[in-house]
Amino acid sequence: MFESLADKIQETFRNLSRKGHLTDEDVQVTLRDVRLALLEADVNYRVVKDFTKAVGERAVGADVARSLTPAQAVVKIVNEELVRMLGEPAKLDLGGPPPAVLMLAGLQGSGKTTMAAKLALHLKDKGQRPLLVAADTYRPAAIAQLETLGKQIGVDVHSEGDKVAPPKICANALKRANKEGHTIVLLDTAGRLQINEELMAELEKVREATRPREVLLVVDAMTGQEAVAVADAFNQRIQLTGLILTKVDGDARGGAALSIRSVTGVPIKFMGVGERPSDLEIFYPDRLASRILGMGDMLTLIEKAQGQFDEEESKRIAEKMAKAQFDFEDFRSQMRKIRKLGSLEGLLKLIPGMGGMVEKLSQAKDHEKELNRTEAIINSMTMQERRQPKLLNPSRKERIARGSGVTLPEVNALVKNFEQMSRMMSQVMGGKKAKGMPQMPPGMKMPAGMGGMPGMPGMPGAAGAAPASRGLSKKTLAERKKKKLMKKQRKKR
Amino acid sequence: MFGQRASLRSGLTKTRQSFFGRITSLLRSSNITEDTWEELETLLIQADVGAKTALALVDQLRETAQANGVRNADQLQQTFQRNLVQALEAVARPYLPGERLLNVILVVGVNGSGKTTSIAKLAKYHKQRGDHVLIAAADTFRAAAIDQVKIWGERVGVDVIAHQPEADPGAVVYDAIQASRSRGANVLIIDTAGRLHTKYNLMQELAKIRSIAQKQVHQAPHETLLVLDATTGQNALNQAAKFGEMVGVTGVVLAKLDSTAKGGMVFAIANELKLPVLFAATGESVDDLAVFDPQAYVQGLFED
Repeated sequence: MFESLADKIQETFRNLSRKGHLTDEDVQVTLRDVRLALLEADVNYRVVKDFTKAVGERAVGADVARSLTPAQAVVKIVNEELVRMLGEPAKLDLGGPPPAVLMLAGLQGSGKTTMAAKLALHLKDKGQRPLLVAADTYRPAAIAQLETLGKQIGVDVHSEGDKVAPPKICANALKRANKEGHTIVLLDTAGRLQINEELMAELEKVREATRPREVLLVVDAMTGQEAVAVADAFNQRIQLTGLILTKVDGDARGGAALSIRSVTGVPIKFMGVGERPSDLEIFYPDRLASRILGMGDMLTLIEKAQGQFDEEESKRIAEKMAKAQFDFEDFRSQMRKIRKLGSLEGLLKLIPGMGGMVEKLSQAKDHEKELNRTEAIINSMTMQERRQPKLLNPSRKERIARGSGVTLPEVNALVKNFEQMSRMMSQVMGGKKAKGMPQMPPGMKMPAGMGGMPGMPGMPGAAGAAPASRGLSKKTLAERKKKKLMKKQRKKR
Repeated sequence: MFGQRASLRSGLTKTRQSFFGRITSLLRSSNITEDTWEELETLLIQADVGAKTALALVDQLRETAQANGVRNADQLQQTFQRNLVQALEAVARPYLPGERLLNVILVVGVNGSGKTTSIAKLAKYHKQRGDHVLIAAADTFRAAAIDQVKIWGERVGVDVIAHQPEADPGAVVYDAIQASRSRGANVLIIDTAGRLHTKYNLMQELAKIRSIAQKQVHQAPHETLLVLDATTGQNALNQAAKFGEMVGVTGVVLAKLDSTAKGGMVFAIANELKLPVLFAATGESVDDLAVFDPQAYVQGLFED
């Protein structure tokens, strides 16, 4: 559905006969595309105006004349300006004598309660002792929601029911935190409209009563043009120290963040990327910039992958592949890891230029089922069989088919494909690097191994990205590519 | 009915005072110039109408104005209002047409759009019409969602059919349909877990819920309502398109219209997806739901 800005600008330049240097006129034409792209991304109208002006001024400059293609130059400038405007990643201020109070505020349904739990878990993992405070006494069952989440993540929740005034609850919570040695107090306030005088006054009282170190506005990434008015009002009443963008796992481009940032000057600190408490990401301006421009987010993909694959194991697997010793057990564990990265659609969206593929892919929805079937077949093997695929004789295969509820030919097909793949891999891995793995051919089918299970209710979802091991070497990246290819091969029956 | 319209209007008062209010003053200000059109487009964009739709609406106004020889601003405003109403009325239709023993209404939407609150309001609306209403608590995923809908059920005096948290939402729907039959309820409203339209598995789950309803009750669900947050920007169109594709949305409930946002994306949704807005929700009380009236909505946007 989204066309990336880069594609659009490329298109515009194709329509212009001249190439080479940018004239003022060229820039004006391109800026129309930039303007539309930003408006589509819900960046506030006025912010767009300022932004395109700034880009325009830079674009007619000398930088562009030296560059390779005009389109690239403009996109580069747009991206740089966006990153600049989005600001540096900012950390939470937890300094001073504990407990540090963090206050969350926002409109109804922006995701405050979920975010409170996410932050609590994040801080707990960092060795803090957080206390969650149920200060939403208005929405039915909001307190129960926070208590349930608190139990899930093993964090204490302070609540006094819905009859006590929120400023009082928060003040009491602070006392309790002092007594019990909590280092962080997280206030989950009720959602409210910025024009509701009474409720805004209540927030001011909460602020006065608790002197929070951080006052964080929680904003839905899907918010439209009103984001600016909302943030401005909250900022004036309770002096925000940071922004948190939620529901970034959808396909909203999150232009609201840019608007708010440029109007209030408040730094963006975190992004919520899913429904589970571990689905929290630190804000990176370059990533959000790409997203706003519809250009994918390779970095997120790489980081997600890093959480799943450690270098040691990748090396071990690669060696096994080279010696044609790669077995079903390895295969299964790799497949599971890839699936943990998220849905195929989600992954594709992170790759620049692949946005369009997502649509096409959702037409063919069988990959998910097929992966389940493949895993079921492997699950029905004994450990020995998995380790030594050669053991698989007809009688064993028969048993496996029955065990996994598939037909014998399906088991045969899997085994055969696996053997072929294994052979092929050992050829590829066994030295001849020069041939070069095909770089995901154009019109590629993504590895079938990349099905997804984005936190289905009741399903054991992915355990959340483990702290990433930094500095992924070129080698592991190459290995990963090979693994993907291998799955693709398997898929081609 | 008058009360409902009044509350829709009062909800829109704030709207009027900002952007659309400015359209009024803009249109009233003397001569129509090139700037007038551009400014008009700007104002529509700021109301989340979307750049593409805004441009189309302004172009349309230009054409009709030219064809009818509209010269003065008052006429122009009337023409514009008429165009906007027409855009919405072109896809308008009555809610729950036809009669049947059991009406099944499936309510869907992204997280935090206001489904549960809207369901409470919808239940109240049906109760006032004399219907026997049940609510199925099929959001078994979000923490305490079942409690939330139960509290609302108590407040409006409607029974809620619920299972344990983490239960299969399909099973809840199945049971709720059985319960509707045995208790003689004629309206069953299904609350579902909020989900982003990009999550394939969760959308599949919704399709499954739908098919369960379909198997149990002839032609169910008779309405599939997408709850949209009025503060949502251009993503609303994606939401409507994806939910439409997966579960056949039949209409939109525009929630949180009491905010300063206008829900301008309803024009794009009407225009591109031919989906009508059926209800507008304007506040936190259970009475704050009105049958969506394009005339009142657009007029409200222009009144001063």
